Amino acid sequence: MYWNRRMECMPVGKLRKLQYERLKGLVNNLYSFNPFYRDKMKAADVRPDDISSLSDVSKLPFMNKSDLRDNYPTKMFTAPIRDVVRYHVSSGTTGKPTLVGYTKNDIELWTESLARALTSIGIGSEDVMQVSYGYGLFTGGLGLHYGAERVGATVIPSGTGGTERQLELMMDLDVTAIACTPSYLMHMADVAKRMGINIRKDTKLKRAVLGAEPWSDNMRNHMESELGIQAYDIYGTSEISGPMFTECTEKNGLHIWGDMMLTEIIDPDTLEPLGPGEEGELVMTVLTKEAMPMIRYRIKDLTSVMDAECGCGRTSPRIKRITGRSDDMLIIRGINVFPSQVEHTLMQIPQVGGQYMISVDRINSLDYMTVQVELKPDAFSDKVDDMLKLKKYISNELKKYLNISVEVELMPPGSLPRFEGKAKRVTDRRKM
Amino acid sequence: MAKEHMIKQLSIFINNEPGRLAQIAAALKECNVNMKAFNIAESSGFGVFRAIVDEPDRALKELNDKGIVVKETNVIAIPMIDRPGGLLDVAKAIGEANINIEYGYAYSTKDLAAFFFRVDDADAAVKKLLASGIKVLKGNEV
Repeated sequence: MYWNRRMECMPVGKLRKLQYERLKGLVNNLYSFNPFYRDKMKAADVRPDDISSLSDVSKLPFMNKSDLRDNYPTKMFTAPIRDVVRYHVSSGTTGKPTLVGYTKNDIELWTESLARALTSIGIGSEDVMQVSYGYGLFTGGLGLHYGAERVGATVIPSGTGGTERQLELMMDLDVTAIACTPSYLMHMADVAKRMGINIRKDTKLKRAVLGAEPWSDNMRNHMESELGIQAYDIYGTSEISGPMFTECTEKNGLHIWGDMMLTEIIDPDTLEPLGPGEEGELVMTVLTKEAMPMIRYRIKDLTSVMDAECGCGRTSPRIKRITGRSDDMLIIRGINVFPSQVEHTLMQIPQVGGQYMISVDRINSLDYMTVQVELKPDAFSDKVDDMLKLKKYISNELKKYLNISVEVELMPPGSLPRFEGKAKRVTDRRKM
Repeated sequence: MAKEHMIKQLSIFINNEPGRLAQIAAALKECNVNMKAFNIAESSGFGVFRAIVDEPDRALKELNDKGIVVKETNVIAIPMIDRPGGLLDVAKAIGEANINIEYGYAYSTKDLAAFFFRVDDADAAVKKLLASGIKVLKGNEV
């Protein structure tokens, strides 16, 4: 089953030609009409005429998350705000958040991408789909919602949390598919067990679309056999729209629709392009985006491009499951957290000294982040109440900026390790 | 007048890890600190060790030199009679003087039992207690 057979199965030569035409058009357009992109290209000494083949994309300058931060909120937009129909916001690496904007066509592109993806794993109008990603500023909830509605599924916008109620809805409404983080599905399974519910027998759940955080084939095998479902990986990031791409029923790599996206893999150190099968940093160019075009955006996820044709007949390039990051970003319960954000938040608090340590654990399938904070000597009180208030204050500040709950441990001055050279402040004890 | 009735209490923050109290105790030993009374207030993830010691000024300086963060607070000491009802007499007197206790602890030796407590405004509290005829111990009496 295909959603858009013409695009999904386009012969490779024809697809590359389409990609080239779209890239050329995009570059011309941005160079002519947008000062941000023109300046960037000028600084890299490239002109639209230098792009005469698809591989010339490597002449274009990279974009980074810092471009979005430096141009917050809308300086990078290429569409007037009256044409922007939605914003999503994610956390930046320090203080300022990252804003992404969508025109009507951008939402359409995103929805089309997910309609193709959901169809490729067999989700359609017969399905009842529970979307248990966060709705709101995070792209997961609304993205999947629009995609699932597009293929005609009955959508339950259940969002995150309230697990017992979600399980009741799953049974009462005959849910056949769910979209959520892999750890949330494992958590649901744990809660179901405690409630005496057997997901395999007591629900009609058949498929799960899992993403927004790293997971493994071990976790897939475990969930599939325990819950009696098929579990598929989904991938995307807000800068390119949101979650956009999934595996097909072959479960062998994520299909990246070539008519929408130009995919490159680069060596994170030399920044040179790498060939198929070679692992490196994923770089994406969104070929048709209006509000906020992304050219050679360094997502910083590590993967490789798969060369061989997929058994499903789709010709779009595939990438392997993400194996890690080339930076220090953590993903906690599906939320991206940069240690630099933690540092930035802590350093605004006058009672906090210079040292901190971050640790992450997975307990009963859920992620927990603990931040140990060294206090300044005069921040101490003989009254437990004062110390508790300070602890609560620090944890509230972190929650405000990171959007996740953080356990704070107060530490006396001098008790945390000092680093010469590059500090190692993060201990991730999770086993995927 | 109230100043000589102030008892200097040292408090040390202890994070919740096995062996932390032993580290603090070792430092107290190395600094040759003799404790009259101490207590540990516990909370989630940390505790506060509070002690009344001989030569609090010297102890404070030497512990600080060792890199241990010590906070000095004034507390009040009232003698208790070592018999059933001893605490009642003291507690009643403090209550009648309309003083709110933030925390407190006691010690007793052969010669003396005393109740140490922390209030918001120690100066004012001592004046009230003395005015009501309650005996308040001086620094050199504990």
